[in-house]
Amino acid sequence: MNTSNIQYIRTSMIDQAPPPRSESSVAGWIRKNLVATPKDVALTILALLVIFAIVPGALNWLFIQASWFGPDRTVCTTAAQGGIQPDGWSGACWAFVQDRFSQFIFGRYPLVERWRPMLVGLMMVALLIPLLIPKAPRKGLNALLLFVIFPIVAFFLLHGGVFGLRVVETPLWGGLMVTLILSFVGIAVSLPLGILLALGRRSEMPVVKILCVTFIEVVRGVPLITVLFMANVMLPLFLPTGWTFDNFLRALIGVALFASAYMAEVIRGGLQAIPKGQFEGADSLGLSYWQKIRLIILPQAIKLVIPGIVNTFIGLFKDTSLVSIIGMFDLLGIVRLNFTDTTWITPVTPITGLIFAGFIFWIFCFGMSRYSAFMERHLDTGLKR
Amino acid sequence: MADYSAPAPPSGLTFRSLAYDPKIRSIVFQVLTVVVVVGIVWFIGQNVATNLARSNTASGYDFLYGRSGFDIGDTLIAYSSNSTYGRAIMVGFLNTLLVAAVGIVTATIIGFIIGLGRLSHNWLIAKLCTVYVEVFRNIPPLLVIFFWYSGVLRALPNVRDSLEMPFNIFLNNRGLIFPKPIWGEGAWLVAASVVVAIIASIGIYQWASNRQSKTGQQFPVIWTAVALVIGLPLLTFLALGSPLTFDIPVAGRFNLTGGGTVLPEFFALYLALSFYTAAFIAEIIRAGIRGVPKGQTEASTALGLQPNMTTRLVVVPQAMRIIIPPLTSQYLNLTKNSSLGVAIGYPELVSTGGTTMNQTGQAIEIVSIWIIVYLSISLGTSLLMNWFNAKMALVER
Repeated sequence: MNTSNIQYIRTSMIDQAPPPRSESSVAGWIRKNLVATPKDVALTILALLVIFAIVPGALNWLFIQASWFGPDRTVCTTAAQGGIQPDGWSGACWAFVQDRFSQFIFGRYPLVERWRPMLVGLMMVALLIPLLIPKAPRKGLNALLLFVIFPIVAFFLLHGGVFGLRVVETPLWGGLMVTLILSFVGIAVSLPLGILLALGRRSEMPVVKILCVTFIEVVRGVPLITVLFMANVMLPLFLPTGWTFDNFLRALIGVALFASAYMAEVIRGGLQAIPKGQFEGADSLGLSYWQKIRLIILPQAIKLVIPGIVNTFIGLFKDTSLVSIIGMFDLLGIVRLNFTDTTWITPVTPITGLIFAGFIFWIFCFGMSRYSAFMERHLDTGLKR
Repeated sequence: MADYSAPAPPSGLTFRSLAYDPKIRSIVFQVLTVVVVVGIVWFIGQNVATNLARSNTASGYDFLYGRSGFDIGDTLIAYSSNSTYGRAIMVGFLNTLLVAAVGIVTATIIGFIIGLGRLSHNWLIAKLCTVYVEVFRNIPPLLVIFFWYSGVLRALPNVRDSLEMPFNIFLNNRGLIFPKPIWGEGAWLVAASVVVAIIASIGIYQWASNRQSKTGQQFPVIWTAVALVIGLPLLTFLALGSPLTFDIPVAGRFNLTGGGTVLPEFFALYLALSFYTAAFIAEIIRAGIRGVPKGQTEASTALGLQPNMTTRLVVVPQAMRIIIPPLTSQYLNLTKNSSLGVAIGYPELVSTGGTTMNQTGQAIEIVSIWIIVYLSISLGTSLLMNWFNAKMALVER
């Protein structure tokens, strides 16, 4: 066979063909993602039915029918209930949220002193944002300011009693402010305490190990509410007669101890994932125990378990809402307190207030989980398989 | 000239060599820890003794035999205000188990549906399920409970305008009122036949798998089991002459009489725990199924298995190994979260214990009961889990 007689040789590249219609067009996308098989068609119809059953009604209730402005309950009640709305009306009562907004944020903190929590909030934002941006310089100084200096300044600013600031007792604190203080202190305490507990659990000293295991397992085995009850009723019994403990501080101790047990288990997962060679390598370099942990082990272990740590933070943030059961007025507590206020007592007040509180909680928790996903990608050094 | 010869090595034990010996250090440190812990415990014990003596509170568990004097709305065992504190706490414990059990079943079903939905190739279904997970994962369970309790169930119409549903079920702000089954004579035989059917199904399964491994012949185990579990009790029921009547609720002028009631407290707690935990279960299911390498599916297709057989025989058994441990910890979380019922007055363990604590002042005893109960549930489950993990673990060379 004569193969040298090639009739035609192309000397230039042909133009790129456009992608097939099924890959690029809207119709193609729909065909692929929504109506690929009969089962898919049925599922799409089902999903559309669910969406149409929920979304228009919810939007209507939340925004169109909603009552936005007004001084008291009349704007959110029907004529039969003594209000201005037509009979059969039902909608969100945003007027209630607007009227009580500052209470939801600051609780019963005295009006003239509210610049103090606002200043603390500003300081926190100013210190937190550079810490969260990976490229911002001076992380060490920043962390020192945020976790050591800031809590002291914040305490004296919020509580008062120095530099002629009026004393504001903790029972007056409330709202989102309390939720944030509890979670901030909880996070700041539980991370180092959790690391210590995790190291203790892996320690070769039996006494230390048994103590840490007992603490971790007992705390993780019981619900937070029993820990809070314990902090509330048993701490006074444990202290000498006459020593009083602030209610707020009791809740703070309960929340922080509870979170640190969970944190310890997360950190332990990270410690276990570090190959033994890393420990041995550090030992052979002549590093002391704490040098080894601080310089070699923890940086690797913590990086591995960032998602778990942030999940614990999110859990802690959500769990702070439980302090409302032991009589403190965090965000959820203060919203619920207002359900019984005669100025705003309507059938739609509770659900509106709860949706508002839920939205605030959701923003914080969702933000934290997004940030952790970002950090995970940022710190991924490509060593993982 | 300086003398560069090495100094003589220290002979014997100097303080320095002892202080740097890891063994000695570890012993000293542990002794110090014990001393500090014992000191703290002693200090606390002293204070507790003084405080209790000062407030004239007797310690010990004798109070459990005292008359409780408070009523409980929802009880599984006979209870009145004349019953003892011990029985009140028992009622609470059973209620905790009840809400946890039904919550676990419902949360698992919703969680499976949502988790599989997130893996769906259908874009709309996947997005809907993602929205569900992201919403419920990021709000506190307590808020979900209040949402159902104050937001939805309290806003239902009152008794006179009850919502009527099929089968004589009524829904109003006092709860869900349903026809209450009253079992006649010999009804226990129906329950017994269910047990017999389940045991028989297990026997058939073992016989069938033995036969299949010997001869390769298959036997429709699932259909036989379904037929047994449904059919045998049904036959027993009919053979006994239908020993079942219903106490049907009747709408009177002002009230509904008769029927059984599911209190709104139970309903709110049950719905909230199910919906909240389902979001976490969905994520576990998704992670478990995605954790099975794609090569497994491809290999089983190459062996000529049908898609549904691939799922049933290759993907699910391997996914289960990943799913079960975190799933158990979610079940435990749900059980622990049922303690939030105290916020809406559902009489579970923490709630009845709390009332007892307020009335008797026996704080330490009540807290110890709580810790023992919850801890035994957790530890019991982890023991079961360890056994299961050991059984399921991959046996490598």
